[in-house]
Amino acid sequence: MPTMNMVQALNQALREEMRRDPRVIVLGEDVGYRGGVFLVTEKLIDEFGELRVIDTPLTEGGIVGIAVGMAMYGLRPVAEIQFIDFVYEAFDQIVSNVAKIRYRSGGQFSVPLVIRSPCCGGVRGGMHHSQSPESYFIHTAGLITIMPSTPYDAKGLLKASIRVDDPVIFLEPKSIYRTIREEVPEEDYIVPIGKARLVKEGSDVTIVTYGAMVYKSIEASKLAAEKHGWDVEIIDLRTLMPFDREAVLKSIEKTGRLVIVHEAPKTLGLGAEISAYVAENAIELLRGPVVRVAGYDTPFPLVHEKLYMPNVARIYMAIKKVMEY
Amino acid sequence: MNLISQALAKDLNLDKALGIFRVLDDQGVPDESLEPKLSKDFLLKIYEYMVRTRILDEWLLKLQRMGKVAIHAPNKGQEATMIGAALALREQDWMFPSYRELGALLVRGMSEEEIIDRAMANADDPLKGSDFAIYGSRDKKIVPAPVPVGNQIPHAVGFALAAKIMGDNIVVLTFFGDGATSRGDFHFGLNFAGLFKPPVVFVIQNNQWAISLPVRKQTAAPTLAVKGVAYGVPSIRVDGNDVLAVYSIAKEAVDKASSGEGPTLIESLTYRLGPHTTADDPRRYRSDEEVKRYEAKDPIPRFRRYLMYRGVLNEDLDREIWGRWRDYIETVVRRCLSKPELPEEVIFEDVYSEMPWNLREQLEEFRESLRVMKSLGLRVE
Repeated sequence: MPTMNMVQALNQALREEMRRDPRVIVLGEDVGYRGGVFLVTEKLIDEFGELRVIDTPLTEGGIVGIAVGMAMYGLRPVAEIQFIDFVYEAFDQIVSNVAKIRYRSGGQFSVPLVIRSPCCGGVRGGMHHSQSPESYFIHTAGLITIMPSTPYDAKGLLKASIRVDDPVIFLEPKSIYRTIREEVPEEDYIVPIGKARLVKEGSDVTIVTYGAMVYKSIEASKLAAEKHGWDVEIIDLRTLMPFDREAVLKSIEKTGRLVIVHEAPKTLGLGAEISAYVAENAIELLRGPVVRVAGYDTPFPLVHEKLYMPNVARIYMAIKKVMEY
Repeated sequence: MNLISQALAKDLNLDKALGIFRVLDDQGVPDESLEPKLSKDFLLKIYEYMVRTRILDEWLLKLQRMGKVAIHAPNKGQEATMIGAALALREQDWMFPSYRELGALLVRGMSEEEIIDRAMANADDPLKGSDFAIYGSRDKKIVPAPVPVGNQIPHAVGFALAAKIMGDNIVVLTFFGDGATSRGDFHFGLNFAGLFKPPVVFVIQNNQWAISLPVRKQTAAPTLAVKGVAYGVPSIRVDGNDVLAVYSIAKEAVDKASSGEGPTLIESLTYRLGPHTTADDPRRYRSDEEVKRYEAKDPIPRFRRYLMYRGVLNEDLDREIWGRWRDYIETVVRRCLSKPELPEEVIFEDVYSEMPWNLREQLEEFRESLRVMKSLGLRVE
């Protein structure tokens, strides 16, 4: 089985889906001859031509608005937003249309659209190439929001997203686009939407996380084991909404302790929702406070980004806090 | 005749975008060189659509005042544009209306009953009570409008582009108001249309007012049609209260699109005689004199004068037509009023293709709250 990075796995997912289904098309800025600024759509235009790999003008609102019409017609568009930081021009289209057309039409129309986009920090991208805006989408009824953390999951989740009849916001943590390699089957498979991945089994404390923070959490768990002998369990949500509540509850049944790690700003981040969900439904399982490790409530800074983002020290502090409660 | 092509022969034709195409003068007398050759039956059909739209519009206003309809966006005065343009579409074509195109819905085959069920959001509402003032039906190839102004413009372009990619011969027509031409969505749609040349027809219902803002305060452009010219979309301005002018131009635009010659923008000059919606009070921003001036240009009497001039209509037939549709629509209204409400749980339907766990949990809570309300004898305030 070949090993590949996330960019290659995503490229393969798109290629396989476009071969499988003539309704699948790709559109976005520089996705054609340039192959996308991160090369996720590399050489697709050579195989599928300009009608199915569409270089659009620089207009996120236009890309999404046009893709909505295509999806209503029955195509399966995969729209690339070059950086998720630029999606706000398309926000009206996403919130008012992508998310609501099924409801507005009483189920007569649907928008089977995937909006995929590089997200998150860690590459010195500054304020407008580093954001983690997933909460806006999680908060919007009608959308599915996904963020893979491995090449295998990236391929399987993108294929599942293209096939589902609901719109998907597919966020790709660009800092791990090329840093993680693993074996990825060349054949067809999907990773089911709504199911978390158990990254590491443990018995003392549960970390719920996703995206690039999975790897920071693994490092922090090693430190906690070294220093204190604590056994950390790590869950990678993969699908952020609807998140896998069963996986979360099952884990804290065992550990009784919960830390949530994400890059997105703390206030009303997904950590807040998971924390509230556990408080509402399973407070008796908890042996200490739920602690969130998140981006600070500031704009994403160019300087000191590694200090702004959750890092091993901060995750370790959170583990320590719940373990010593 | 080939009116748009003539305009196009000069490439970016500012004359057509600045001028006004009309067939009938204010008295309904046709310019015989431009008058389309239409059968008597077809002319009467156009007139009946106008009559039906006017009566239906009056009823929706009345039903709103009775508390049976949440909000209505009155159509009065704009019937010629919506009906003339919709009549240009063929069976296989699609329409993306805004919230003020009752006549176009009728032309595309929605019945008064479907429209009133929708407006009342009763048990037969095909859109299951999702929002007010919007209408649509997949069967009739009408996509229900988004209430945020102009959102449907890029949808229509993407829909037409998808058909082009799939090799299907359809034309997509979208309506929107003058207000929408200030929004990003107008730019998104027109820019893509100019570049990719999908089979789409844009109809601006320039009714002169975006709620309280007159067109001269919306843009410094000399007309709205010139905006289309800048995107490389052939654009033309018509007298939107002249149903024959709108029909002639829209027909040509549809023919042109279906033969692979790309999009057309039609700025249709009309006037909203009523309020923006039933929640609006136009006397705060425009004078009664202005409204009176435009009442004299009402598209329905104007077309009636034409029909009489051509001997297609006489007073007796006119009375018969109005009477027949008044009686019919009143019967329909009564039937719609007797229908039950939508079931409560409908508010949880059609969010996703399958209900996710969070909604299933909330639906259970909702059912429980209904049980508690019932057991405590509480009522919805």
